[in-house]
Amino acid sequence: MPVSFFLVLSALLFSIGVYGVLARQHAVLVLLSIELMLNAVNVNLVAFSAYLQDAGLAGQVFALFVIAVAAAEVGVGLAIVILIYRNRASVDVDDLSLMKW
Amino acid sequence: MTAAVYQQIVFWVLAVVIGFSAIRVVTSSNVIHAALYLVGTLLGAAGMYILLVAEFVAWVQVLVYVGAIVVLMLFGLMLTRAPIGKGKYDNDQRPLAALCAAAVFGVTSWIMIDAFEGKSIDLSGNVRSTAEGIGDLIFSKYVLPFEVVSMLLLAALVGAVVIARRDPSPGADTRSAPGKGVQE
Repeated sequence: MPVSFFLVLSALLFSIGVYGVLARQHAVLVLLSIELMLNAVNVNLVAFSAYLQDAGLAGQVFALFVIAVAAAEVGVGLAIVILIYRNRASVDVDDLSLMKW
Repeated sequence: MTAAVYQQIVFWVLAVVIGFSAIRVVTSSNVIHAALYLVGTLLGAAGMYILLVAEFVAWVQVLVYVGAIVVLMLFGLMLTRAPIGKGKYDNDQRPLAALCAAAVFGVTSWIMIDAFEGKSIDLSGNVRSTAEGIGDLIFSKYVLPFEVVSMLLLAALVGAVVIARRDPSPGADTRSAPGKGVQE
């Protein structure tokens, strides 16, 4: 299997995530798009781990770390989204211009 | 047919599943459907890991992502009382966002193809289980990052509880008093 197949697939997944982050308004949907981008990184890491077999399994270990960090990020992110909803009754990221200069 | 042909078929099927459901995640006008299409993307990526002889990562992906993160997302959609059904969830900068995403895809895929042209992954041999090797690596070479990740998860757990907890002071309606919710 050419290694570029996996890399282009992961680039496609990442750019779909970029589109979602830029075009979505609902905060939870933005978090979903961030998950897409983290998954693209994981596909890349595992593909390189399979490509560089002499270097051991470091890529797969890093993919596991990325999954763990993604879980932590989603927990804190959803807590923030729920708090914003409770305080402002809206989760539109375009409305959250409180800290805009 | 040889094993390489089967691998190609599996790759293209999984790639179509991943691409279609990822596009539906960012274009669906129903938030619940978007979260459920994310399951398709994550399961396709898990299949891709199995194709790349990384079955431990694949099952961790199914357990943590599909089992925990998507359920958390659905809880988040529930708790923010998202209107079930069609709604307007996109902002006005969709063409600009599509242009930006296309530029990112073009540049990264061009660099990847340019750098790795002709290189291929050898999936023929070495199909033994990788869980043993990953366990060895995590608890010897990467034991410090592993401990840091566990501390990060603990901090995220405590932080999420502290952030999302309701203000315990009596009679305080947090929604009518913005900015009061996070004060301890």
